[in-house]
Amino acid sequence: MRIKDHWREQRMFNRRAWFAGALMVLSVLAVLGRLYYLQVLRHQYYNVLSLDNGVRTVPIPAARGLILDRNGEVIASNRPTFDLDLTPDQAPDLKDELAHLVRLGLLQQSDLPQLMRTIASHERFDTFPVRLDLSAREVGRFAVRRYEFPGIDISSRQARWYPFGTLAVDAVGYVGTISASELAHLNPAEYAGTAVIGQTGVEATYEKYLHGTNGYRQTLVDALGRPVRRPGALGKELHFKAPIPGDDVVLSLDLKLQRLAEKLLKGQDGAVVAIDPWTGDVIVMASSPTFNPNLFARGITEKEYRALIDNPRRPLFNRTLRAQLPSGSTVKPALALGALTDGVIDPHQKVLAGYAYHLPGSAHLYHNANHEYCGEMTMRTAIIMSCDVYFYRLAHLMGIDRISSWLPKFGFGHRTGIDIPGEDPGLVPSRAWKRRQFANPSQGEWFPGDTVILGIGQGYFLVTPLQMAHYTAMLATRGRSYEPRLVTGLRNPRTDKIHWKRPVLDGNLTQISSAAWKVVIKAMVGVTTQPKGTAYWEMHNSTYPIAGKTGTAQLVREGAKGYANEGSYHADKTLKQLRDDAWFIAFAPANAPRIAVAVLVEHAGWGSTGAAPIAHKLMDAYLLGPNGKLLAHPGRGPFSEPADIEERVTAGVDPRMTAEQRAAAP
Amino acid sequence: MIHEEFSTDSRTRRTLSGAARVLLALKVDGPLAVGLALTAGFGLVVLYSASAENTPMLMRTVLRLVLGIIIMLSVARISPNLLRRASPWLYGLGIVLLLAVAAVGHVHLGAKRWLDLGPIHFQPSELMKIAVPMMCAWYLHERPLPPRLGDLGMLGLIILAPVGLVAKEPDLGTAALITAAGAVVVFLSGLRVRAIIVLLLLATAGAALGLRFMHGYQRERLLTFLNPEAHPLGAGYHIIQSQIAVGSGGVFGKGWMAGSQAQLDFLPERTTDFIFAVIGEEFGLLGLLVLLMLYAFVIGRSIYLAMQCPDTFSRLLGGSIALTFFVYVIINAGMVTGLVPVVGVPLPLVSYGGSSVVTVLSGFGILMALFSHRKLMG
Repeated sequence: MRIKDHWREQRMFNRRAWFAGALMVLSVLAVLGRLYYLQVLRHQYYNVLSLDNGVRTVPIPAARGLILDRNGEVIASNRPTFDLDLTPDQAPDLKDELAHLVRLGLLQQSDLPQLMRTIASHERFDTFPVRLDLSAREVGRFAVRRYEFPGIDISSRQARWYPFGTLAVDAVGYVGTISASELAHLNPAEYAGTAVIGQTGVEATYEKYLHGTNGYRQTLVDALGRPVRRPGALGKELHFKAPIPGDDVVLSLDLKLQRLAEKLLKGQDGAVVAIDPWTGDVIVMASSPTFNPNLFARGITEKEYRALIDNPRRPLFNRTLRAQLPSGSTVKPALALGALTDGVIDPHQKVLAGYAYHLPGSAHLYHNANHEYCGEMTMRTAIIMSCDVYFYRLAHLMGIDRISSWLPKFGFGHRTGIDIPGEDPGLVPSRAWKRRQFANPSQGEWFPGDTVILGIGQGYFLVTPLQMAHYTAMLATRGRSYEPRLVTGLRNPRTDKIHWKRPVLDGNLTQISSAAWKVVIKAMVGVTTQPKGTAYWEMHNSTYPIAGKTGTAQLVREGAKGYANEGSYHADKTLKQLRDDAWFIAFAPANAPRIAVAVLVEHAGWGSTGAAPIAHKLMDAYLLGPNGKLLAHPGRGPFSEPADIEERVTAGVDPRMTAEQRAAAP
Repeated sequence: MIHEEFSTDSRTRRTLSGAARVLLALKVDGPLAVGLALTAGFGLVVLYSASAENTPMLMRTVLRLVLGIIIMLSVARISPNLLRRASPWLYGLGIVLLLAVAAVGHVHLGAKRWLDLGPIHFQPSELMKIAVPMMCAWYLHERPLPPRLGDLGMLGLIILAPVGLVAKEPDLGTAALITAAGAVVVFLSGLRVRAIIVLLLLATAGAALGLRFMHGYQRERLLTFLNPEAHPLGAGYHIIQSQIAVGSGGVFGKGWMAGSQAQLDFLPERTTDFIFAVIGEEFGLLGLLVLLMLYAFVIGRSIYLAMQCPDTFSRLLGGSIALTFFVYVIINAGMVTGLVPVVGVPLPLVSYGGSSVVTVLSGFGILMALFSHRKLMG
């Protein structure tokens, strides 16, 4: 048994106490080292993490720019809409709540499967719409029961709105929900908070300007993602950036005229394009039938989309840019100008044109339309009466190589370059083109008969209504080609300053003599003023001179490769419905042109009866004042371009015209 | 005595000497009391912010502090002899109460820790934090030191019996603290270094074995400590968020009531086990240094008081109280900063929570009693 030694125990305790003290100092140093690491060395890193925790950046979408016509009429605007937004994380019993929404009539039972997929594709803490565009009544119905729906709330946003519905949809286009593939090409920072993007028309081309710059607001949220109402001392580091609204886009369209055009086309399939020949400004762009862009702006349903796609009249098909048809006789002025310039024919030489034309050494007959008899024709009378036999011969005299070099000069066979997407190029055939189309060299050979029918705008030659209008404008300006355009200016919504875009002159057929112009344009005036003119009955009472040309096209849609029926389009009566598309082109006043119009009416009968009245009414509406007199400045509106562009047309002549060209003016 | 040194008539000196007289009469150690009061006061300031200006919570804490002070003052008056003689009885009572908890305890948050005595909820495991070191000190008091192997076996039994019961509740943090409190007594009694190493090895083996019997969440906490980023929103959330809080505070802190981690609920258990991180976020490294210096003063003074005690029981018990207090602080600080696994150890005198304050203050009451009655021991 050991004896307790109190002194020894005291000393031992003291030694242990000091030892413990040393251990304590060491461990405190470890903690201090850790604190130094966390709070000094890694302070920046953890500070960023703590900000990321509590600061949520909420994008503020910029107001999309308006779209106005030349009169300042707003054709695309924004309106507030109310959506139901869901945050799954905050909805304890999601399925129950959705079922309850169905009972309230705010959702359809049939929407649920799609909705569940949408929910599954989002993060639990995301907020996204489950129902778009509530009516005021629906907003009220939900609002009184809001407390029954944790995690679901009403949110308001600006949605695109086309107040006139279908009006000018082919020019303006529409916005639609951003698709996953579009998202991949967008800068996510720029489009955070943006729900829609321009899909077609001006909405698509000018997306960059219309969209504006989104802003953002930083808010404090707690660990559950709930916004903190009174951030107090925590709020001082929060940023706010105001959105910059998108530019307003000023169109060349004249909605008054556009309305009239759509009204005149109503119930028929067709297209109208009217152009200011001195600027390329598109005054009317109408395609019929049409559709309501608001469906796309608010989010089209599968059923609505099916209905549009399955409609045999193809309302979504923009005929102005994409209907590729034979020109019919409307091509004759272009061929005449080409033949005159190349010296192929003397315009005043009388040519006996009977019922039909046959190639030298061939018995095949190319008849006039309706098997009429022309008689002795000059170029002028041949254009006035639209004598096919004269132009069969003319085409044969020119030959395919001249024709295929002249037609592109008038804007055919390639895109006009209009400032909206989706344009088709049409087709100007040539020897080389035909060789490419047929694997068999004997079929790919260019036959003289192919050339003959080109003389009346049939065969392989295909044009779009827009190309027709552009070509008519070139006739009006005696060879100047202005790139067709819909947008004339961009308006800054804060300063209301408009930045005008200059018209683009992309060609001028100076090689054509004024004498040639005089012959052809006089003849085109004759079409509407001479009793034998093909549009005499529709136009002869006009108070101003109109230069026009009718055309009747066989209906051959895209991909006319195999079509080679040697011009016998009138032979087979059973195909009549496929052939009788009516063209009419015109510019007026013929001595000082201000408007060029191309009208296409499908299955309308002859060009003169089906299409000419529409062109006439449009020109009247554009050129005449309320007193029936010609306006000094037709088409000028508060949002049309500055006067200097308009002043170019003085007394019907462009100031830049040569003296020779001036003299040639009728 | 100290008060005799004040002889002039200066009012300050009269007041100070009067205060010293009062403290002496109360058997309270002045410097220790001041250190404790400053620490608790700092705690209240932090709690006000951490609880998002929750005044009722603050009032409850004040009431508990008052209760703790009353108990501390009462305990300080008890003579060390009585404390020593009471040790086995107190220990026995604790064991009985722990058995009662196991039998009829109140289940709260999945753990059976509380005895429901009418208005008072009482955790017997808190009592054991004091009773176990008392028992160990009592056992070693009459025996020659350093303890021999047989004594160690007996001490092991004394410590591990209540630890087993507490671990079963389950309350791993308290079990660890009770073990620490007992082990500290054994350490201070002069156990040979070789024996300490053997015991540590045994403890490691025991821990490895214990891991197999741990509850899922306990094991998860431990494993998460090793790799918190693997479960950023799961079990690692506590550790990550508390480190973000401390780190983002920097040297000077974000300011009182301006810590986003604490104020926006990102920091879990911010009024209790993780209040250290709130201080780090809002008062920065400087605030934590102030807190740690307050603790260092309290612990240093406590060890000094224990060293002054003339008998083995008082020294061992006093030293154990001081060192256990340090263990609380260092484990909590280590856990919040990511140095040790997350175990439920509160920051003494600062964390919100009832029994802990009372336990800590009664411990210091015992320490004061042991010191202030030392002359009577002769």
